[in-house]
Amino acid sequence: MADASYPDDLKYHAEHDWARIDGDSATLGITWYAQDSLGEIVFFDPPAVGATVTKDESYAEVESVKAVSDVIAPLSGEVVEVNAGLSDAPEQVNEDPYGEGWLVKIRMSDPSEAEQLMDADAYREQLG
Amino acid sequence: MTTDALQRTPLYERHVAAGARVVPFAGWEMPVSYAGIREEHMAVRERVGVFDVSHMGEVETSGPDAERFLQRILSNDVTKIADSGAQYSVLCREDGGILDDLFTYKLAENRYLTVTNASNHEKDLAWFREQSQGFDVEVGDRLHDWAMLAVQGPDARALVARLADGELPKRFRTAELTVAGAPGVLVCGTGYTGEDGVELLVPPDHAVAVWDALLEGGADPIGLGARDTLRLEVCFHLYGNDMDESRNAIEAGLGWCCKEDTGFIGADAVSDARAAGTPEVLVPFALTGKGIARQGNELTGGGVVTSGTLLPCLGIGIGMAYVPRERSEPGTPIEIDVRGKTRPAELRTKPLYEKGT
Repeated sequence: MADASYPDDLKYHAEHDWARIDGDSATLGITWYAQDSLGEIVFFDPPAVGATVTKDESYAEVESVKAVSDVIAPLSGEVVEVNAGLSDAPEQVNEDPYGEGWLVKIRMSDPSEAEQLMDADAYREQLG
Repeated sequence: MTTDALQRTPLYERHVAAGARVVPFAGWEMPVSYAGIREEHMAVRERVGVFDVSHMGEVETSGPDAERFLQRILSNDVTKIADSGAQYSVLCREDGGILDDLFTYKLAENRYLTVTNASNHEKDLAWFREQSQGFDVEVGDRLHDWAMLAVQGPDARALVARLADGELPKRFRTAELTVAGAPGVLVCGTGYTGEDGVELLVPPDHAVAVWDALLEGGADPIGLGARDTLRLEVCFHLYGNDMDESRNAIEAGLGWCCKEDTGFIGADAVSDARAAGTPEVLVPFALTGKGIARQGNELTGGGVVTSGTLLPCLGIGIGMAYVPRERSEPGTPIEIDVRGKTRPAELRTKPLYEKGT
């Protein structure tokens, strides 16, 4: 597993999720801290393409060998793509949480919500 | 369970130094994983791993009535334990409810050491003492007198043999040996992984030396995470998951270690359950699609999952569940409600994993 990192180009939600915003689209995932706390991810149960996700609410589950964890949406919108690669290689979430381990892409329904998210410095500060 | 006053084993500093993920477990700070659960699981199946299980308790029973007393409280036939032998049994309430499951080692004539589950140790000790009234026995708490290391895997015996000053005991036998320079180690031919290997009861002052020697000799350190996946793969029961005081030994599939003619406490209830059959029985299952069932997940039409995980090598969700007796045949399709999603599964035979498959 890589060392702790929180890229500066991402936005962060207090429930340890990140968003990479590109116009009215966003790619979502869980942070290094989240994957490290969970341990080895063995299963990702994605939402359906076309499903609606709501900011601050659970939209998927990730499971480690020992535990299940809800994934909280940092932003609201419609799922336009899910990371199909995780069905065979869920450990990508551990190995590359901001790259190959992304979870879903959404079309944002309210891009202004992004203003409520933290930047990397604020998130690092929250982690202490 | 409280998080204050957690106990630490003599190997705690070793776990931290090795980068283990340490979690509270049954009142102890225990390593759940080091390199990762999958890697540790495979190390035990393919080579050798060592587990610190010093959180497990020990109760020593000695005195002129020791055998007669244990025969009264343990479900198995204690008189059948060979000299330096080991035997599995359950501790039952009068109504057959399971207080704990235990290994008992015969140290000498009328001197026995019983290993308890960490979460049950105080309860078991109180039960032993309460029931010992009228017997000429001494019941001693030996929790802090023994560290316990399990060395398991196809290479386990060869590794321990290189470090020991005498011949290792066969399966379900014990021997007192010097191991890695540590005198007075009780080497037991037992384990909880389905692999060959031994468990070492080590005087606590020597635990670090033995641990270090095992790692230097090639054993991987294994945490409680892989201990759980390994035991579930071979369908060994975990107290608190697969049985508790609300279940009797018959429905838990532990009738084989109950010898009712010995007259142990709970024998009448076990005998009745054996004769009448229980409404539910504990059986292994495997999911036929995606997903992982977990403890507490309910089955469509009745029944409940008691243990569930993902097989680290095959990526298949497995577990054990209580199901209605009339639908407990291997091969029976079941549906499990996994947090609102219906996951198909199939009942299986024990064990879920066999060597060479």
